[in-house]
Amino acid sequence: MAHFPKPAEGSWTQHYGLDTGPVSYEDSVTPSYYELERAAIFKKTWLNVGRVEQLPRVGSYFTREIAAANTSVVIVRDSNGDVRAFYNICRHRGNKLVWNDYPREETSGVCRQFSCKYHGWRYSTTGDLTFVQQESEFFDLDKADYGLVPVRVEEWAGFIFVNLDAEGTTPLVEYLGELGEGISSYPFDKMTQVHKYRAEVGSNWKLFIDAFAEFYHAPVLHAKQSVAEEASKLSQVGYEALAYKIDGPHGMVSSWGGMSPPKDLSMVKPIERVLHSGLFGPWDAPDIGIDELPPGVNPARSAAWGIDSFLFFPNFMVLIWKPNWYLTYHYWPTSYNTHIFEGTVYFVPPQNALQRLQQELAVVTFKEYALQDGNTLEATQTMLESKVLTEFPLNDQEILLRHLHTTARNYVNNYEQPQSRTPVRVSAVS
Amino acid sequence: MSKTLPAGFADLEPFADWAIPTEGARYAKRLASTMDELQAFYDAAFPHLEAATSYLEQLRLEALPEDGKRLLWLFCSLTTVSFPVEVWRQARVPDSGASAFDAVVEPAV
Repeated sequence: MAHFPKPAEGSWTQHYGLDTGPVSYEDSVTPSYYELERAAIFKKTWLNVGRVEQLPRVGSYFTREIAAANTSVVIVRDSNGDVRAFYNICRHRGNKLVWNDYPREETSGVCRQFSCKYHGWRYSTTGDLTFVQQESEFFDLDKADYGLVPVRVEEWAGFIFVNLDAEGTTPLVEYLGELGEGISSYPFDKMTQVHKYRAEVGSNWKLFIDAFAEFYHAPVLHAKQSVAEEASKLSQVGYEALAYKIDGPHGMVSSWGGMSPPKDLSMVKPIERVLHSGLFGPWDAPDIGIDELPPGVNPARSAAWGIDSFLFFPNFMVLIWKPNWYLTYHYWPTSYNTHIFEGTVYFVPPQNALQRLQQELAVVTFKEYALQDGNTLEATQTMLESKVLTEFPLNDQEILLRHLHTTARNYVNNYEQPQSRTPVRVSAVS
Repeated sequence: MSKTLPAGFADLEPFADWAIPTEGARYAKRLASTMDELQAFYDAAFPHLEAATSYLEQLRLEALPEDGKRLLWLFCSLTTVSFPVEVWRQARVPDSGASAFDAVVEPAV
C-alpha cells in the first residue's frame, strides 16, 4: 500500500514518460561503449570541478584530473578576481604545467603566475604567455600566439563547472534547468566546514550513481546499522519517496527521514543518544539565515521531509539534509569498470568543540555506509561482466536509475547519429 | 604519567594514545586493534562522554587549549570505534573487503 501519493498516471516512471520494461546494463560492462560515453558525455557536458571557496583570493588555483576526457585542467582566480580554467599543458612542448611531486595527482595553492617546471615558460593567471626562456633562440615566436588553452568555465550557486566542448553554447544555468534554479538560493556559501573523502571503486561510474539514486536498498543493505526493532520495521515498510522530479538530463528524489532527532531514542545507537548526531547530521540545526527553504527543496512540502538528492547529469550529486548541511558526490570514470568516487560533507563551521565532535560523528557514520555501498558495487560489476543476464527489471522507486541510463544512451546515440537526434530533454507527460 | 587531558578526565590517561589528530589515523588505529582493545577503550571513554560534551561545549574552536584539543580528538576516536563496538562486533565494516574511503580534506582541528 502506498504511504505517499503518486502521480495520476499511477507511477512516477510513467508520469515522466519513461518506458517500464527491463533495462539493459550492457552500458556498464562494455569497453567500447565507455569510449563512446567519454566522447559523447564527458567531453560535451558541464562537469562540476569544485566550489568558489577553494579559490579564496587572487592567484588561488587547483587542478582537476579528468581521466574520462584524458586531460587535466587548472582552475584559477585571475588577477581581476574572475574564475578561469585552462588545459593544464605548457605551450612549449606539452609538459603538464601545474603539479607537485606526482604528475598524476591533483594539487592546489596560490601563485602570481604559472611557471613550467621543464623550461621555465611563464603564464599569467589570465593565461597569457609572459616569459620565454632564451626567447631570441626561437623563430618568429609571438608570445601572443601561445597563451594557455582556455576551457569554458561558469559558476552556479558557488559551484564551479567546466565544459570541455569548446564549440558548445549552452550556458551552465540553462543546462542545469529547473532543478538547478529551484535550489540556487540555498545558502551553500554558509557551509564551509569541509570533510572530503575519496575512494577508488571497482565498478562502472553509473552503478554507484544507481546506488545513491535509490533508497529501495536502504532497509536491506544497511539493516545492521539500525537497532534490531527498527531494522525489522523498516524492512516491512520498505521505501517510498515523497516525490521525484525529472527535468532534461537531471533528476531528484525527495525523501523522508525522521532521525534528526529520532522520534524514539531507542531507534539510534548509544553514542548518538548522547551526542545528538548521526547519519542524518547533528540534530540541532544551525542558523542559515533563511526563513523558508528554496522552492526546489522538499518540493512536496512534506512535514516528514528529511533529505533531497539531486543528480545533475552526468556525475554530480547534491544532497540537502533537513538539519542544514549538505553533501556532494562525484563519480569520475577511470575505465569502463572503475571510477573514483568523491564524497564531500559541508557543514556550517562549528563554534565550539562539541559541535565539531557532533559533526565528526555524522561524518564517520557516512563513511561506514559508503564503505558498504562501494564494496557491494564490485559484487555487482563482476557479475554483470559475466553477461549471464543483461537486462534487469527496475521498479518505480528506481526511476532515477532508469532515467540516468536512458539519458546516457541518448547522449551516445546523438553523438553517433547526429542526424537523427533523440531529444535529451524529458519532462512530465501531464 | 604526564597529564595530557583536562582535569576531570584523568581516568582516560591510559587511553591518551587515542587522542589522534586526523580521521585517517584514527581509523587506521581502529583497524589495527583487536575487538578487546576497542571494547576496553569504549568502556573507559563512554561513561565520560556526557561530561565531555559539557566540557567541550565551553571551548571555542578557534582558541582550543592543547589539553582540550586532545580531549576532542580522543572523543573523535570514540566516534570512530562506536560502530565496531555498538553495531558490527568487528573492526572492519562487514562486507567491505579491501575497499577504502580516505579523507583527503578535513578540518585542521
